[in-house]
Amino acid sequence: MNQDITSKRYKYGKPKLRRFHQAKWDEPIIFELHTPGQRGVLPPPIEDEMLAKTGDVFAALPDEIRRDEPPALPEISQGQVQRHYLRLSQENLGADFNVDVGQGTCTMKYSPKINEHLARSPKMSALHPLQDVSAVQGILEVMYRLEGFLKSISGMDRFSMQPCAGSSAIYTNVSIIRAYHRARGQAEQRDEIITTIFSHPSNAACAKTAGYKVITLYPDKDGYPDIGALKSALSDRTAALMITNPEDTGIYNPRIREFVDLVHQAGGICSYDQANANGILGITRAREAGFDLCHFNLHKTFSTPHGCGGPGGGASGATEELARFLPVPVVSNDGGQYFLDYDLPDSIGKMTPFYGNAAVMLRAYAWIMSLGADGLREAAEIAVLNNNYLLDRMLKIRGVSAPYAEGKRRIEQVRYSWEKLTEETGVLSEQIGLRAADFGVHYWTSHHPFVVPEPCTLEPTESYSLRELDEYLSILSHVASEAYQDPEVVKTAPHNSTIHLVDHEPLDDPDQWATTWRAFRRKVSENSPG
Amino acid sequence: MGYYLAGFPEKSVREFTRLIRFSNVTAVNKVKLGFIVNPVAGIGGRVGLKGSDGSDIHLKALALGAVPRAGVRAAQALRKLELLKDSILVLTYPGEMGENIAASIGFDVKVLGAIKQGNTRATDTINAARIMLELDCDLILFAGGDGTARDIYNTVGQMVPVLGIPAGVKIHSAAFARNPSSAGEIAHQFLTSSQPSIRDAEVMDIDEALYREGTLSSRLYGYLRVPFIKRYLQGVKTAISPGEITALVDIASEVVISMKPDLLYLLAPGTTTRAVTTMLALEKTLLGVDVIKNRELLLSDANESQLLELLETQDGKIIVTPIGGQGFLFGRGNQQISPHVIRKIGTDNIRIISIPEKIFALQGQPLLVDTGDTSLDEELSGFKRVITGSGESIVYRVST
Repeated sequence: MNQDITSKRYKYGKPKLRRFHQAKWDEPIIFELHTPGQRGVLPPPIEDEMLAKTGDVFAALPDEIRRDEPPALPEISQGQVQRHYLRLSQENLGADFNVDVGQGTCTMKYSPKINEHLARSPKMSALHPLQDVSAVQGILEVMYRLEGFLKSISGMDRFSMQPCAGSSAIYTNVSIIRAYHRARGQAEQRDEIITTIFSHPSNAACAKTAGYKVITLYPDKDGYPDIGALKSALSDRTAALMITNPEDTGIYNPRIREFVDLVHQAGGICSYDQANANGILGITRAREAGFDLCHFNLHKTFSTPHGCGGPGGGASGATEELARFLPVPVVSNDGGQYFLDYDLPDSIGKMTPFYGNAAVMLRAYAWIMSLGADGLREAAEIAVLNNNYLLDRMLKIRGVSAPYAEGKRRIEQVRYSWEKLTEETGVLSEQIGLRAADFGVHYWTSHHPFVVPEPCTLEPTESYSLRELDEYLSILSHVASEAYQDPEVVKTAPHNSTIHLVDHEPLDDPDQWATTWRAFRRKVSENSPG
Repeated sequence: MGYYLAGFPEKSVREFTRLIRFSNVTAVNKVKLGFIVNPVAGIGGRVGLKGSDGSDIHLKALALGAVPRAGVRAAQALRKLELLKDSILVLTYPGEMGENIAASIGFDVKVLGAIKQGNTRATDTINAARIMLELDCDLILFAGGDGTARDIYNTVGQMVPVLGIPAGVKIHSAAFARNPSSAGEIAHQFLTSSQPSIRDAEVMDIDEALYREGTLSSRLYGYLRVPFIKRYLQGVKTAISPGEITALVDIASEVVISMKPDLLYLLAPGTTTRAVTTMLALEKTLLGVDVIKNRELLLSDANESQLLELLETQDGKIIVTPIGGQGFLFGRGNQQISPHVIRKIGTDNIRIISIPEKIFALQGQPLLVDTGDTSLDEELSGFKRVITGSGESIVYRVST
């Protein structure tokens, strides 16, 4: 019995398509399951003896914080709640279910479950941010040591982990840029921030939100940010350059040091968006490129994990010169005792209440500790290798191209284009993604701004095996050939998912959608006759 | 293949998906698609005749061995609507002007008018468009070039949606899809959508008589109402691109806020510059150059000599937007702003405005200048700021 029992799943060493069909429960929303009087837990009535001793425990509550009416929560039994949410979970295509390489720029890596256990253990979850620092030395030490790691990885001198997301960290950095120029009496004059079209759009958005004028550079004919365009944009109005490298195309700007030097010469400062750091860990650093500020997304590069709306962690790093502007508190150490350091007189203030997402920092710390310095570099190298394997195989699929820097290798992700396939078949990138869902994988369709026609951004990270990457490739390759042979199948997908083809058009009509149950009820009652 | 709907035979799956996809097109109320092929469009190109307009040019081209290709391209587009054929009534002109193609694909065809086979004229296109307008067509799909677009524009104006299948020698107008297949796709989406998207797209054409003598001169003739495919985005990180109107308001406010007293503002033609006058509650000559001073209209539809006269004693700025599909800044559709005018006002006093999507659509191709004065074109070239919103700009290359 030497027969390979897995052989039927492979052909020429490559995985065959999975016979997938997602669950469909037609599950009502939880408010519809409401049955008056039903309870998940029925606490016993308080004994008279007890009541006599305690009196009315609510009597101490001031009137102004009492609700007039109880909250309109659904009344429902435990078993029903459990079935409800398990059913909904089966109707998802979550990160734990699928080969999540289709969500490029998001660094969807595997987040070890042991780190999740650590973060959920009562030692962490029962902590309160208002506890005395003497009682939380452990987590403060974790924060302090994590800061040390991030300093080594980036070469920056000080980090604040208070921001709770990448954009929150970018906004922190914009605020520091403003504080820096204000301190030099140039805040009024320096009102322009320069970014590139393939930097994360959050840089432009945060700069704009902070009141800056935003100047966007286009790539040159080789796909690199255009240094000539930078030169023409620089002036005594330049406050900063905010740039991602590698950009969302996966192209690393090899002249980044020149960019930084030019901006410095013009009196601006340089902020490095390191959301795409997964391919350069242990290889290049913000310090050597001359940056004044940088940020990491702990939930991307450092596996804490990313997705499902949070919680996230953004770590803002600064050179010694700019560290005085960081948000407070930072964690310092005084003779072996860790403490929350508010002594930054020039601080931009707070980005969030308390100290940021402590449990996210713990996960990032655990992840880095489990790999060590060599392991981080190896993770980056595997992520780059995986990506270039995908690139090589993707370009063999009919109708795919990798615009900008054609023929060159990429770092950790690639923004592909299905433009040719669309022209030849009428099938759009979005439809390819919906058809891919029929084989149980996710494919993202947000690639803002939409500069690359019919975009598709793949970022395999270090987490997926060769077989898994091959499976993803077989699916895209299959869908592409369907687009050529039978485009209607792709255009009407998904067929095997919980929800089939959705008409997007009502989304343009505010009367037809509601984002909350309350809004839905209001719209229904407003729209109903009488 | 074969198991995308477990348990159902493939044919019934296809039938089912067809039904859900076209459920809002009912056979009872067939949509009326006007279909016009200019059979001689594009015929001049391959034999080097720079266009096919004018009554005898296409005969000359045929004599030179030209092979008509408009029909082939029109068929490529129409075939994209094949699955809808039970729901569409195609209104078309006889023979090579549309009937042959539509009937061969199997559409229900209603033939209008009469032509001389092998010797069709611009008047045939014009008559066809006129009857289609009278019959209340839902969409006119035509195959041709800039000349055909112009003829249709002159006939139907903005009263019916029109979409061009590129088949001519000259395709400068933005009223054309990028290629025949995408024209079919856009028409498909338009005819099956409950909320189709339509925008104004430029009709540009050059003066072919001058062109054949070696002088390039093009004009903006107007705007057709053209359907386009909206891109829907998904995912929590999505920032849905603001609608074109929002973007225009944003750009206009940037321009209006920065207007200085007593300066002349020369507003070049275009829908983006029109947004500036709309914000000031002024009328814009869509195809002409208007002059604004102190937020009032000083001169509308100004010609070169009027502009030069004004600039003799006053300073000003030019507000210009890329015109047509190729992104021309100067030299197409705004020749009133002549090299003389530009030199007088100074190349530093040019403000370029554009919605971001228009720049994205150039796919890295530079913005173009062709003023007729090569040394001025050189001066206008290089990296320029394009205002794309309030406090937002793109640094973009301008080239000759």
